[in-house]
Amino acid sequence: MVQFTLPKNSQIRVGKTWPKPDGATNVKKFQIYRWDPDTGENPRLDTYFVDLDKCGPMVLDALIKIKNEIDPTLSFRRSCREGICGSCAMVIDGGNRLACIFGIDEIAGDVAIYPLPHMPVVKDLIPDLTHFYAQHASVNPYLQTKSPTPGKEWKQSIEDRKKLDGLYECILCASCSTACPSYWWNGDRYLGPAALLTAYRWIIDSRDEATGERLDELEDPFKLYRCHTIMNCTNTCPKGLNPAKAIASIKHMMVERQV
Amino acid sequence: MRYITPRKAAAGLGSAHSGTGHHWAMTVSACALILLTPAFLLVVGSAIGLPREALIGYFGRPYPGIVTALFVIVGMIHFIKGTRIMIDDYFQGTARKGAIIISVIFSWAVIAAAVFALAKMAFITIAI
Repeated sequence: MVQFTLPKNSQIRVGKTWPKPDGATNVKKFQIYRWDPDTGENPRLDTYFVDLDKCGPMVLDALIKIKNEIDPTLSFRRSCREGICGSCAMVIDGGNRLACIFGIDEIAGDVAIYPLPHMPVVKDLIPDLTHFYAQHASVNPYLQTKSPTPGKEWKQSIEDRKKLDGLYECILCASCSTACPSYWWNGDRYLGPAALLTAYRWIIDSRDEATGERLDELEDPFKLYRCHTIMNCTNTCPKGLNPAKAIASIKHMMVERQV
Repeated sequence: MRYITPRKAAAGLGSAHSGTGHHWAMTVSACALILLTPAFLLVVGSAIGLPREALIGYFGRPYPGIVTALFVIVGMIHFIKGTRIMIDDYFQGTARKGAIIISVIFSWAVIAAAVFALAKMAFITIAI
């Protein structure tokens, strides 16, 4: 059965409240999920106060400031700090966002930060994305051809290239898949919006010659048809992509080759 | 503890190579119900307040009887497909299989009861 409540060892307790910075007038309260697997304790919500006059504009700036100046034990992923690498996806103010491109001023009250939902947590704000990446690898996200390789390049018309726009930009941040209730309930078998968006990116690629095999592999009640067009994926995608439309297009192609 | 690679876990038992038939059947039955539902409501609405004998005669006529039979049969087939989706979403393992069996038996029992009732009313009407 689906679990609708957190197991006892995952229930979040009130954590430590760190002191406010001295002399600061523009202070923002941050409540951040903390969990350390080494202690065996339940997760807790620690409270930090950040002086916004001495902090960059994005949530990631605040997290880095907290780690550098207040609590060096806070763990989170980050790399490019410009919305390209997808490392810093987390739940900010109730939605899946990239901390590096989500402004602190976009949040009206206190800032609540949790790791991506319904994924095993490695530590603090770091989710375990092993299965997510393996699912992405399982759709063979690369060009597959059978014709002899041309001497110079696989040609593609401008019109066919345009079909890849809105698909190739996915940065694998996992915001969409972890926002999807179907992925929460059946993430072990359902590929999720991110992997299916990538699958469609290669299905629709005019140069790829494995279209039939790709559709064969996806035709499954769980791998593909767990999508019920809930649209959380599209609503939350920090890159503005539309995985729900890509999945609907795959379903349309499935019907096209049978009816 | 299972020592399997993440890739093997993601692949699972592989593709079932099915699901499109279910998806298409849901689409077709949904389209049919768009037509059948208002027709059924009109049929039932016209029968409200009729005495028992007149009601039997009413559903013994071809149009009300056929519309009602089609609505129940198509509706319950749509119900079987729809509940299958919910069961697949929220149940796992043996509970999933048991729930599917119960859902199918219940749905066909409803169809059988409805068709039997309509047939009985039709035969009574013909006999009269």
